Amino acid sequence: MSTHTNPPTKRERLVVVGNGMAGIRTLEELLAKAPDRYDITVFGAEPHPNYNRIMLSPVLAGEKTFEQIVLNGRDWYEANGINLLTGDRVEVIDRANRTVTAMSGLTVGYDKLLIATGSTPVIIPVPGSTLPGVVGFRDLADVDTMLEAAAKGGRAVVIGGGLLGLEAANGLTVKGMDVTVLHLMDTLMERQLDRSAGALLRHELERRGITVLTGADTAEIVGIEKVSGVRLKNGQELPADLVVMAVGIRPNMALGKAAGLACGRGIQVDDAMTTSDPAILSVGECVEHRGQTYGLVAPLFEMAKVAAARLAGGTEAAYTGSVTSTKLKVTGVDVFSAGDFTGGKDCEDIVFRDAARGVYKRVVVKENRILGAVLYGDTKDGGWYFQMLKDGTEVAPVRDTLIFGQSFGGEGAANPKAAVAALPDSAEICGCNGVCKGTIVTAITEKGLSNLDEVRAHTKASASCGSCTGQVEQLLALTLGDGYAGEAKAKPMCKCTDRTHDEVRRAITALELKTIPDVMQRLEWRTPDGCHHCRPALNYYLLCEWPGDYKDDSRSRYINERVHANIQKDGTYSVVPRMWGGLTSAKELRAIADVVDKFAIPTVKVTGGQRIDLFGVKKEDLLAVWADLNAAGMVSGHAYAKGLRTVKTCVGSEWCRFGTQDSTGLGVKLERMTWGTWTPHKVKLAVSGCPRNCAEATIKDLGVVCVDSGYELHVGGNGGMHVRACDLLVKVETEAEVLEYTGAYMQLYREEARYLERTAPWVERVGLEYVKRRLVDDAEGRAALNARFLFSQSFSQDDPWAERASGSVDRHEFAPLAQVG
Amino acid sequence: MDQSISWITVGSVEDIPRQGSRVVRTGFGDIALFRTVTDEVYALEDRCPHAGGPLSQGIVHGARVTCPLHSWVIDLASGEAVGPDEGCAGHCPVRVVDGAVQLGLAAFRPGRGGCGHG
Ligand SMILES: Cc1cc2nc3c(=O)[nH]c(=O)nc-3n(C[C@H](O)[C@H](O)[C@H](O)COP(=O)(O)OP(=O)(O)OC[C@H]3O[C@@H](n4cnc5c(N)ncnc54)[C@H](O)[C@@H]3O)c2cc1C
Ligand code: HEM
Ligand code: SF4
Ligand code: SF4
Ligand code: FES
Repeated sequence: MSTHTNPPTKRERLVVVGNGMAGIRTLEELLAKAPDRYDITVFGAEPHPNYNRIMLSPVLAGEKTFEQIVLNGRDWYEANGINLLTGDRVEVIDRANRTVTAMSGLTVGYDKLLIATGSTPVIIPVPGSTLPGVVGFRDLADVDTMLEAAAKGGRAVVIGGGLLGLEAANGLTVKGMDVTVLHLMDTLMERQLDRSAGALLRHELERRGITVLTGADTAEIVGIEKVSGVRLKNGQELPADLVVMAVGIRPNMALGKAAGLACGRGIQVDDAMTTSDPAILSVGECVEHRGQTYGLVAPLFEMAKVAAARLAGGTEAAYTGSVTSTKLKVTGVDVFSAGDFTGGKDCEDIVFRDAARGVYKRVVVKENRILGAVLYGDTKDGGWYFQMLKDGTEVAPVRDTLIFGQSFGGEGAANPKAAVAALPDSAEICGCNGVCKGTIVTAITEKGLSNLDEVRAHTKASASCGSCTGQVEQLLALTLGDGYAGEAKAKPMCKCTDRTHDEVRRAITALELKTIPDVMQRLEWRTPDGCHHCRPALNYYLLCEWPGDYKDDSRSRYINERVHANIQKDGTYSVVPRMWGGLTSAKELRAIADVVDKFAIPTVKVTGGQRIDLFGVKKEDLLAVWADLNAAGMVSGHAYAKGLRTVKTCVGSEWCRFGTQDSTGLGVKLERMTWGTWTPHKVKLAVSGCPRNCAEATIKDLGVVCVDSGYELHVGGNGGMHVRACDLLVKVETEAEVLEYTGAYMQLYREEARYLERTAPWVERVGLEYVKRRLVDDAEGRAALNARFLFSQSFSQDDPWAERASGSVDRHEFAPLAQVG
Repeated sequence: MDQSISWITVGSVEDIPRQGSRVVRTGFGDIALFRTVTDEVYALEDRCPHAGGPLSQGIVHGARVTCPLHSWVIDLASGEAVGPDEGCAGHCPVRVVDGAVQLGLAAFRPGRGGCGHG
């Protein structure tokens, strides 16, 4: 039925464009099925025979040679009678005459044509992207360029923190270059990894000496005759002798498009891998199938099978799309991801973390079937999960132990007690303090210890990061049998963890944990990203522990602290500018009045904290309101913060006939020193000029009562549902002492109280005697606490309103995304 | 039915902070778009079933949001309050195509109360 315009030959002619992985795999499959059916010609633009492209990474890292990754040498083509034309790019397809013409001018006729042209690296169109020294990572020529540059040492910048970019970065580091990876998103390999696994990977790469910059948007590649650096949109400039672009790939469909084949994101094929022209098939990364393009070999191999069967004359074989899995090929880093691990409706997340081994596993299950998996550090079960995922296997029978992997399966839950019992006496239980099993058991029996705290006190086991607490409890149970009553457990922080606030804080210090994902990983959180109880607490603990170092996580703050205003019951906000020590001026009052008129603010009220509250401000107006208040010299009053709220004062000796000291002036000094700090809960101060105490100083977190001979400091009071009057801490003689004590007290509270615990319950919990011991009896400790407070203040006294009103911070918080309908 | 929905692009996934939310203003009230830590996108009416709190201002964790006013926890996929609380914020069809967030507004009936799905 087909009418050949070419002179008939004995065999049909098959031409393959693209001597890469998909094209040649198709030929291998075809030769196995129908070895004599076609006269075959292969065009390859690269000057090499067919090689294993995915192994270019080990070639770059020096772990393999090119010869070792050749899949089919020239002898294979010869033996199978294939006419191989390397280094000759096909330029034109003439569908009417069924011929292709290559760069060399050679024209070859076909009965069937297979397009397998793969893809090309995306080169982002910034100035300088065509300079010598800028390469993609796609073929052997790119690897040669990189190796040449690496031989001279120097610096490399890799743009793109996906699979390819990281493999390039690793290879170049191994070859002695100083490598920086720029990644636009905040998680490496964000398409394959969730945030927790991404954070682990980042640490590992940093440990290997690779610098990783996330949120880095490239503006320009700098250089005169060749690359000399990369400039980012934020102005930062990085010197570079080599720039590798690994931001993505683009299906190589130009040839097909020019020939008039239907194209979308790639050359469109049906389930038979046939293009819109029945004589032309296409496979590999250049195709679009059911709206999908692929960048991994497994789907290409499935396509190759189908194309081969069809070329061999079959009419049944059909390709229906692929589920893919990914592994990173960096020696010593095990990362696996498969399927859809984004979670969502009706999905269940099973998370397993083993901090000691650096393992993170997450399997997403929906309706009893695996939907996706992310594994870090221990990927040996990746294949097992992937198989069940592809097969849609019911996981109910192994559900409870699924996360422990295949070798575990079936045998019922592990018995942790038996596991501990089986350990030899020399097995190390507490890694932080190097305490082994024998030592703990001996201490329990010889010293008659009966609970965790005693074991901690005597052996130090589990006294630092606490990750071995469970094992120590097992040892207590094993050694004492029924004599062990268990622990009177302090309440865990929230449902995401068994640890208490104090344990978490200890671990943050002992293990130098510096981000929320780090804490969740090392302390084996049970949820992927915590909840509204633990995230704000962790954010505070990290901020307090690492001043200047830790980057505040706005996503882990309550709305009021995120937008620096108080949300009201109708969704509007209130705005409270700071009035230092309750003092104001005509200029400030006039600016406030103007703002009220300009933005039609419905309610203006004087607060109990001696300042003015503007109620009913619309969120979109906040920035403009703040800008006007800033212009009159006013800053945020932090009326929304777990931080310093107000310093209430009375008029004191300046005007009052009873006044003994300048209480207003001292209040202003205290507020200037303490504003902007973040604390476990809100903090309010006050200064009264005499014992008549008009500023109600003795129901404040810290209240100063002036007397003739100096200043009384009162602590741990509050109003509210359960009024608590302060305890007298100490009496001092000078303002300087008041300031030092205040700084030290604030810092002690910041470092030791639990999140959302106000000073009143905190002082009751630890006891006034303890606070006195730390602040009054220990002058050196007091000075050190004060110094730490002032140090952390050096990072926290930027007006959050000004930062936002100028448009430089969190713009997206204040504007709707879109207006429709 | 899916085919009968007409989709309106309102922005890109990157416009919504991860573990955060943005609001889309519509003729019949605000819709809150959420992006989870794993980049799933959901859309709910921006009104808490408890007392109307703006859910877009809450803390997003897993596929849930905690209301900023009295800390009810709302499931992002269904809009339903997580037990023991009961109630539902209407949810709006949403999908992501090539990074663009699209709402199926015509299929969304606001303020119906309860969660009459479909
Ligand atoms: C460094 C690296 C690491 C990778 N690691 C992995 C991995 O770990 N796992 C995984 O699954 N995948 C990996 N991949 C992806 C995998 O290599 C590709 O999916 C696969 O090679 C695609 O096969 P293909 O045949 O479609 O394209 P290719 O293998 O690129 O073959 C296409 C060939 O066609 C040639 N060509 C193009 N146009 C013409 C023309 N007009 N005329 C003649 N010839 C032409 C090209 O020069 C090329 O040789 C990696 C890729 C790279 C670059
Ligand atoms: C859990 C208990 C409390 C809650 C939920 C609460 C709530 C609030 C809120 C929402 C505001 C801010 C109003 C606004 O600007 O929008 C506020 C302000 C204030 N509250 Fe409370 N409050 C509590 C306890 C207390 C206590 C114990 C006191 C003191 C005895 C107190 C005294 C004040 C004062 C003085 C202000 C004005 C503060 C300022 O000027 O910044 N509150 N409170
Ligand atoms: S506390 Fe004493 S000094 Fe201050 S206003 Fe009252 S009476 Fe005057
Ligand atoms: S006393 Fe009650 S009603 Fe008044 S501001 Fe405080 S929390 Fe609101
Ligand atoms: S309005 Fe949402 S919890 Fe009350």
